[in-house]
Amino acid sequence: MARVVVDVMLKPEILDPQGQAVANALPRLGVTDVSSVRIGRRIEIEFAGEADLDRAREIADKLLANPVIEDFDIRVAEDA
Amino acid sequence: MRIGVVTFPGSLDDGDAARAARIAGAEAVRLWHGDPELHGVDAVVLPGGFSYGDYLRCGAIARFAPVMETIIDAARGGLPVLGICNGFQVLCEAHLLPGALTRNQHLHFRNRDQWLRVVSPDTAWTNNFTEGQEILIPVKNGEGCYVADAHTLDALEAEGRVVARYINGNPNGSQRDIAAITNEAGNVVGIMPHPEHAVEALTGPSLDGLGFFTSVLRALAGATAGGQQSGGHQ
Repeated sequence: MARVVVDVMLKPEILDPQGQAVANALPRLGVTDVSSVRIGRRIEIEFAGEADLDRAREIADKLLANPVIEDFDIRVAEDA
Repeated sequence: MRIGVVTFPGSLDDGDAARAARIAGAEAVRLWHGDPELHGVDAVVLPGGFSYGDYLRCGAIARFAPVMETIIDAARGGLPVLGICNGFQVLCEAHLLPGALTRNQHLHFRNRDQWLRVVSPDTAWTNNFTEGQEILIPVKNGEGCYVADAHTLDALEAEGRVVARYINGNPNGSQRDIAAITNEAGNVVGIMPHPEHAVEALTGPSLDGLGFFTSVLRALAGATAGGQQSGGHQ
């Protein structure tokens, strides 16, 4: 078993209203030194055998991320 | 003429879309997401709702439904396809239309009657409108904010592929007030508001939505008269 982690983030130029809403809530916690929050998604893929990064990249490109608005990053999990 | 309406798990407006097709004078044919056959339909509507729960991203999983594989091929061959709301999201995810639909800028689900201006009547689904015509149809979405890079937006405008724009207020923050776009051939249209909810005085704010369905019948009649294939027959 090997775990591959895929991080999906909105491209920097795409507005992230969820992140903005969170950032706007921070002063209510007394936090005033955060200038921006952006929200993404972490996906963990378990391979039955060896971690296959090429396969994971294909899965991420075709399904997990929409390349029009999102970037993704993949890596083999350290503790897998 | 046979207009197919796809039902995905989580579709909500398939019934209304089929009804709108019937009111326009077509035979409505219900298509099932798991069945790749198009059953000889002349056009297809992808309805609103939350296909496959809209998990991951709206429309992302529906794009890989067996029926979509067939529809994507047929659309590239000229089959008229109208994606409404979730259907628009599916068309973008399937790369039949450029850009993407993201969370409404104000984060609220927006549900109201919405004025639009028809910018391009040169599509299979809008030829019964006049350029500049103002229409009133319901909008109801949480992720209807249309985004694309500036180059794509400029190309859409230059090529007359912006089909309709929001007027009297943009309900979701869509770039350049875009409510509907089309592909290069004009047979595939995606629209965020719901024409199928504006086809009868009893339930809709107007009858303006009917024009989308009568337009495709006119386009299909013209294609038949011209001796061309409508592209929908298997």
